[in-house]
Amino acid sequence: MNIKKKVGNTILVVILTILSLLWIYPVFMILINSLKKESAISTGSVFKLPTAETFAGLENYINAIESKGFLNSLGYSLFITITSVAAILLFCSMCAWYITRVKGILSKVLYFLFVFSMVVPFQMVMFTLSQTADKLHLNTPWNIWVIYLGFGAGLAVFMFCGFVKSIPLEVEEAALIDGCNPIQTFFKIDMHMLAPTMISVGILEAMWVWNDYLLPTLVLDIKKYKTIPMLIQYFRGSYGRVEMGPMMASIMLTIIPIIIVYLSGQKYIIKGVASGAVKG
Amino acid sequence: MEKAIKKHAVIFILPTLAAFIIGFIVPFVEGLYLSFCKFTTVGNATWVGLANYRAAITDTSFQRAFGFTVLFAVVSILSINILAFALAVLLTQKLRGTNIFRTVFFMPNLIGGIVLGYIWQILINCVMTIIEQPLLALNATAGYWGLIILMGWQQIGYMMIIYIAGLQNVPDSLIEAAEIDGANRLQTLFKIKIPMVMSSVTICIFLTLTNSFKLFDQNLALTGGDPNHMTDMMALNIYNTFYARSGMQWKGYGQAKAVIFCALVIFISLFQLRATRSREVQQ
Repeated sequence: MNIKKKVGNTILVVILTILSLLWIYPVFMILINSLKKESAISTGSVFKLPTAETFAGLENYINAIESKGFLNSLGYSLFITITSVAAILLFCSMCAWYITRVKGILSKVLYFLFVFSMVVPFQMVMFTLSQTADKLHLNTPWNIWVIYLGFGAGLAVFMFCGFVKSIPLEVEEAALIDGCNPIQTFFKIDMHMLAPTMISVGILEAMWVWNDYLLPTLVLDIKKYKTIPMLIQYFRGSYGRVEMGPMMASIMLTIIPIIIVYLSGQKYIIKGVASGAVKG
Repeated sequence: MEKAIKKHAVIFILPTLAAFIIGFIVPFVEGLYLSFCKFTTVGNATWVGLANYRAAITDTSFQRAFGFTVLFAVVSILSINILAFALAVLLTQKLRGTNIFRTVFFMPNLIGGIVLGYIWQILINCVMTIIEQPLLALNATAGYWGLIILMGWQQIGYMMIIYIAGLQNVPDSLIEAAEIDGANRLQTLFKIKIPMVMSSVTICIFLTLTNSFKLFDQNLALTGGDPNHMTDMMALNIYNTFYARSGMQWKGYGQAKAVIFCALVIFISLFQLRATRSREVQQ
């Protein structure tokens, strides 16, 4: 029985190993092609490894960084993601705390609207949202976070509400008796207890904002500002013949930071996804 | 305590509420209104009643996009959930390297839809060249299966994490009791584990369902609707109605389609939640 189980487990591990290799192959394929010379990349030869003749070193990467505005896009994407996620975490946790602690019609209506907004597809509001953003001059990378706060509030408030309910009231009452006003109570007591949820919400929202394509495309002026997903799409759309080398290098440059962040924080990321789902 | 907090309502809810009004409520209400209008901007609109809806429903490209989306959603929900659950069961068996496998399977989820689409376009086109079939731009069947594979690659890891969390919450005592009663591995799986993780199933089906219906980036990047809008999904069809052609009637059609699409997504997700919630086991 024991030997049979061991053999079975070994077979499973082998199968899973093969499956994982297949799973990372698409990324590996982009990596090897990004190291090939432009002339050596064609539709049918993507699976071939680079040879001494076709190996281009980092040429494509230098090309992508120097000529295609990659660094600008990286800067915009970083700035937009950081400001949006920070705003979402701060303001939505405050809002969620309020609507959980203060019972009343306003809280109920708000909660319903936030949950409702999670299900509504972006196409429903895309045209009117981009018009509203233009009208209020919220169409630059510096203040697009307001739009993200508005459209991303649903998920964040929902998750924070789920957690605030589990914070015992006694702790807050003690703080109030000790002379804290509600603002101090929130920032000194609840903020700390909300930290694990903050990480989960922050990760989910950051994944969304960083990878979002349609919202920034419609809201920002594409001639002036391109986030990374916009840049990759623009790359493809605007040239008669796509330069595959720098294109693949740009894709790699987009993926590498994500993988680094993922590998260093995967414990939190996986926990964040799991707890986000349980609350849902 | 409530009273003390209430005094600070402005500080606590105003920032989120203001942004929510700008980013969701106003666009949503305006969108609803404009679906009954002929317009170029919000300010420049004339009421036309249900004309846009009539045009949207009779639009054959929209009907085809709907059919394509449903066909896509059914196959991708089933395949993603079955595979993700199978992986989750395997990865909770205390095998060697479980953490590495979990890390690898989850990874594609962090890559954005546009980038994913291009990666798979390059890969699938190469396979098509080798087996001497038409490329994605001329091959709707390949486009369909390409989207299914792409979605699977992206989402299986995510759903797997949720199923793993669910399976880890099944009390060991239940499984031991079943084993003592003489249940084999398959019986514990079907009689104990699956009923106990029904709440994870609800969540995963909900997520895959809404993700499939709302799919846009991957569709745009992988096939762009080629050949000849055969692989347009609903979101892409709406986008094209809005932005691919000029002429003021199109925006009204687009907005009416968007409202229909929105109502459909809300209706289907409510229906699904109700259907699977009733199968959950209370612990």
